[in-house]
Amino acid sequence: MSSLKARRSPLASSQEQIRQLESPDFQLPRFANKLKEAGLFPLKPKKIEIFQVNLGKMCNQTCHHCHVDAGPDRKEIMSQETMQICVDLVREHQFPVVDLTGGAPEMNPHFRWFVTELKKAGAHVMDRCNLTIILANPKYNDLPQFFKEHQVEVVSSLPHFSKNRTDRQRGDGVFDKSIRALKMLNEVGYGQEGSGLKLNLVYNPSGCFLPGDQGGLEREFKARLKADYDIDFNSLYCITNMPISRYLEYLIRSENYESYMTTLVNAFNPAAAGCVMCRNTLSIGWDGQLYDCDFNQMLDLPVESQNSRHIRDFDLASLEKRDIVLGQHCYGCTAGSGSSCGGAVA
Amino acid sequence: MSHYYNEADLAKFPQISEYQKAMGDKFFAWYGEVFKEGALTAREKSLIALAVAHAVQCPYCIDAYTQDTLQKGCTEEQMMEAVHVAAAIRGGASLVHGVQMMNKANKLSM
Repeated sequence: MSSLKARRSPLASSQEQIRQLESPDFQLPRFANKLKEAGLFPLKPKKIEIFQVNLGKMCNQTCHHCHVDAGPDRKEIMSQETMQICVDLVREHQFPVVDLTGGAPEMNPHFRWFVTELKKAGAHVMDRCNLTIILANPKYNDLPQFFKEHQVEVVSSLPHFSKNRTDRQRGDGVFDKSIRALKMLNEVGYGQEGSGLKLNLVYNPSGCFLPGDQGGLEREFKARLKADYDIDFNSLYCITNMPISRYLEYLIRSENYESYMTTLVNAFNPAAAGCVMCRNTLSIGWDGQLYDCDFNQMLDLPVESQNSRHIRDFDLASLEKRDIVLGQHCYGCTAGSGSSCGGAVA
Repeated sequence: MSHYYNEADLAKFPQISEYQKAMGDKFFAWYGEVFKEGALTAREKSLIALAVAHAVQCPYCIDAYTQDTLQKGCTEEQMMEAVHVAAAIRGGASLVHGVQMMNKANKLSM
């Protein structure tokens, strides 16, 4: 498995992905019209609570479903100069949560400096850690200790408690390494009651179906990971796979695209639509561009605010008045119990 | 090409209420109630439904509960064990009648 970009796949282009999503061949209702019916159009942001920073597309893994098309071959990475602007904005506006994502954010050479500065600026920092990075190179082995020292909340992908299901999505050997990394995190106190060190896992379906009830899956994950591996964690976040990038390629290749999109459309939940993460999140790309969410970022759909599309031109007043940019992919966040970087929303 | 079983017909299941609304509405309300979390978890009920789907050999139910068990996090091993439970009961149901055959044979024989 390599990235779409490395394979020179047409779907490496965001325009080609949008063309597929907007294709009239499938006669799917427009997402914007669904929002109109629910009285939510135009979709407006609320106060920014989560400042989500994508530190780059470089990753030690090449997962089959990755919406970033991340991988070892991707060289896009955030500069320290852009990070400094992020820190200054967090300090100035006191955004309560900074959510670090990638790629593997830890592969950015300025990652530790960035976390340290964000903590000094007063933010709660979350790191979206793929787990295997902790074992990928000796220089990352002390990440659990670093996370602990800086009280970083760790959010880690583990699509299933079975090796088979996890490795099929994330690559051979990923499950065993993930278990070892989880044990390392547990050993320094993560996921342990009373430690204050939060370790949350992310479940996303290994195939063409929606996630089930988050509470039921969390109970099952906790029971199985404890019984089989003596692993503890705090919460399980269920995230719906977004029909973009490599997951879109999978849907088309497996001839599941139309049925998956129909499932998303039929499961449209107005209650979830009112709570989508783009209303309280701002997404910052590796190059400093501003987006409503990480998915719009990957589709090169910047925020609507013309005069505040880059972090160096950051204008909070203008961003708070913007309309959120919508597309057919947005059905991925409004199906069933809804989906966000923090799991179900409704 | 025409088929007795058309995959797309599963989505039309609610339309059975068109010919008998009162009974249809009651059925779907009861169906929804049955599959809620209760003394059994929704996950356990889904595995039972998958097994029964194989016992009654309903292609729609097999599709629906394969998807549902996957959504509820069941593993392939668990799903196939459920199918074996259905098969064991079906096979056992035939074989246990062997006792009836033996009883009758003994009665008829010297």
